[in-house]
Amino acid sequence: MNPVDKRRREFFGQAAAIAGTLVAPGLMLYEYAQAKAPADPVSGKVRWGMLIDTTKCAPGCRDCVDACNRENGLPGSTRSTDSQWIRKVDLKDLRTGRAVSIPVLCQHCAEPPCVDVCPTGASFKREDGIVLVDRHTCIGCRYCMMACPYKARSFVHEPTTGQKPDVPRGKGCVESCTLCVHKVDRGGTPSCVEACAAAGHGAIVFGDLNDPQSEISRRVRAASTTQLRADLRTDNGVRYQGLPG
Amino acid sequence: MKAAGILRAALAAAVLVAGSAAAVVAAAAGPALESARSGPCVEDPKVMRRSHMDFMKHDRDDTVRKGMRAIKHSLAACVDCHASRSDGRVLGSDRHFCQGCHAYAAVKVDCFDCHASTARPAATAAAPAQGAAK
Amino acid sequence: MSALSRSASARRAFWLLLAAGGAVVAVALGAAHYMEEHGHVVTGMNNQVVWGLPHVFAIFLIVAASGALNVASVGSVFGESAYKPLAPLSVLLTVALLAGGLMVLVLDLGRPERLVVAATHYNFRSIFAWNMILYNGLFAICALYLWSLLERRLGALSKPVGIAAFAWRVILTTGTGSIFGFLVARSAYASGLIAPLFIALSLAWGLAAFYLAQCGLARLAGQEAWDEALHARVRRLLAIFVIAALYFVAVHHMTNLYWARQGAFERFILVTGAPYPALFWIGFVGLGSVVPLALLFHPRLAGPRATAAAALLVSLGALAFLYVFIIGGQAWPLEIFPGYEAASSFRDGQVDGYAPSLPELLLGLGGVAASFVIALAGARVLPILAPPKVAIPAAGPAK
Repeated sequence: MNPVDKRRREFFGQAAAIAGTLVAPGLMLYEYAQAKAPADPVSGKVRWGMLIDTTKCAPGCRDCVDACNRENGLPGSTRSTDSQWIRKVDLKDLRTGRAVSIPVLCQHCAEPPCVDVCPTGASFKREDGIVLVDRHTCIGCRYCMMACPYKARSFVHEPTTGQKPDVPRGKGCVESCTLCVHKVDRGGTPSCVEACAAAGHGAIVFGDLNDPQSEISRRVRAASTTQLRADLRTDNGVRYQGLPG
Repeated sequence: MKAAGILRAALAAAVLVAGSAAAVVAAAAGPALESARSGPCVEDPKVMRRSHMDFMKHDRDDTVRKGMRAIKHSLAACVDCHASRSDGRVLGSDRHFCQGCHAYAAVKVDCFDCHASTARPAATAAAPAQGAAK
Repeated sequence: MSALSRSASARRAFWLLLAAGGAVVAVALGAAHYMEEHGHVVTGMNNQVVWGLPHVFAIFLIVAASGALNVASVGSVFGESAYKPLAPLSVLLTVALLAGGLMVLVLDLGRPERLVVAATHYNFRSIFAWNMILYNGLFAICALYLWSLLERRLGALSKPVGIAAFAWRVILTTGTGSIFGFLVARSAYASGLIAPLFIALSLAWGLAAFYLAQCGLARLAGQEAWDEALHARVRRLLAIFVIAALYFVAVHHMTNLYWARQGAFERFILVTGAPYPALFWIGFVGLGSVVPLALLFHPRLAGPRATAAAALLVSLGALAFLYVFIIGGQAWPLEIFPGYEAASSFRDGQVDGYAPSLPELLLGLGGVAASFVIALAGARVLPILAPPKVAIPAAGPAK
């Protein structure tokens, strides 16, 4: 073979090798994207969401609230300074008189106002859509509480004790529903969802909004659902069924 | 005058020697801590003493921001291993692991303002596996 | 030698005042420590009203700081040479007021020990983070400005630095107002008008604070007040600024009243939601704006004492305004479910009560005292005070 052909062969070989190296990790990651192992970082392939069917939500039922308090080590008391990560709100439509009771929690917005305003970046949105407070960087300025349209955030007003090992929380920082991120990262589901299902109500569905085959995606495609304060265009990950705008 | 000067110097030297001796004795003593539940630590103890806060500070972002739950320097795993056998805690007295060393070194440990200072139930039930996996 | 140390009585009064101010600051630090030790549960703030009395004082001091710099700007930037001797005190007062305000803000944080984290982690989408950069920059610019004003050899620098200071503080006050204006979900705040409103408020509050500082220091130094011509100009300027502030507040509320969806909030804040309507109408509009205007314009009443009284009333009216703006704005519940009446354990749909607590009041007053101490000490150490007679150049523009 003449030297030019040999050089061409080497060049193409090297180019193919480089191209393959560039492409291969993407191919490998795609396999993992749909099911994250506990050791892996989260990816944007997944967007966690929740669907709450308000027609199955009974007034006076507090299963989701109690489960959240138990799981996260919250005191459960309801003074104006106590943390409430999820609460039941009793609504009455002023126009029609229809009454409905719904759980309200952090909406895990795709465009969270709380993330925009946090001066240190402690309030952040993870790749998989869960909005969290990094309490290592939170300085307790409470600006995110001013910015949240849903009053989702609570400030810890007193020293805490008896924290759950998977849910650190302490005085002087802001906190809110984490979508039970410590369980979700290990393949589990939020406690409120589990409690509602275990009690037989089945009002809350949790899943991957980016997966067209997941139960939540099929449900939001089939029936009409709304987001709270959709006019703000925060694109919430939590959707409500049976709650006209 | 000269005698007074020599006396003063001798007194100063004596105080200096006594002081250093006390310091040396104290340094050699170290905090008396309860031993860990199992196996060698994830890092060499000398390295840990100097750098455990740097390890944790680095790995915490992996957990909090990226959701990686099997990090090498997990605080909860440290607590699981080092919690006292009597009450499952790392705070409470100067014999408890974290408090003892921090009290000795006079460094405030404020991790436990937020983090649980008790071992997880699975860890207290049986000796946990080597620190890394959760 | 500073005018404050010329006589024995001035020196004695200086030390007494400094000690008094220092004592108030010490008490405030104690209150802040108490709040930090026990958590904010010992204050009146809660999960609905998250910013309380300390923020009222802090924002007053910060906005007044920006406005106080305006006096120097009128001299350096707009070329009114009558104001040039007033510039050093103006810059010193800016630094003092800003430091006092920031002290209150930082000590009220849930985790004040994490100030280093705040200084090293910036989220540049946050107007709050930008404000932190702007406040620190203002300190640096003021230091340079003061140096250029007091050091004859650097005199040529005072005009460019003065222009930079003017631009910086307009941006800073816009930022302070935008902290509220950018809150999309709150009926009380979401508005582009809040930024210019704060600029107008800063002009009025800053000039009022400056006048009070000038009068106080002049008395301490045993000097006479300014001559009549300068005094008349300052009086008119303060009146114009008070009117400008009233204008923006009026336009803001009128626009809100025009929108059906804001009607309930406006009714609450202006009519039904005690104590906010009283604080607004009597505190801010009446005692804080109309009465000072009367004192400033009335042909027989007008004089140095009347102007000082007007300046004091404007400052107190400022606190009333901020109480209604900050706390009243939060007391009104978020409209999460438009068209629905809401009730929950988290006080959705409910107007939340807020009662200021003693630690909060002490912290706020401590900020004022800190500004006082810094201004007083600065005036003693530096040749800050304007000479007693300020000549108005004959060729100066008539106003």
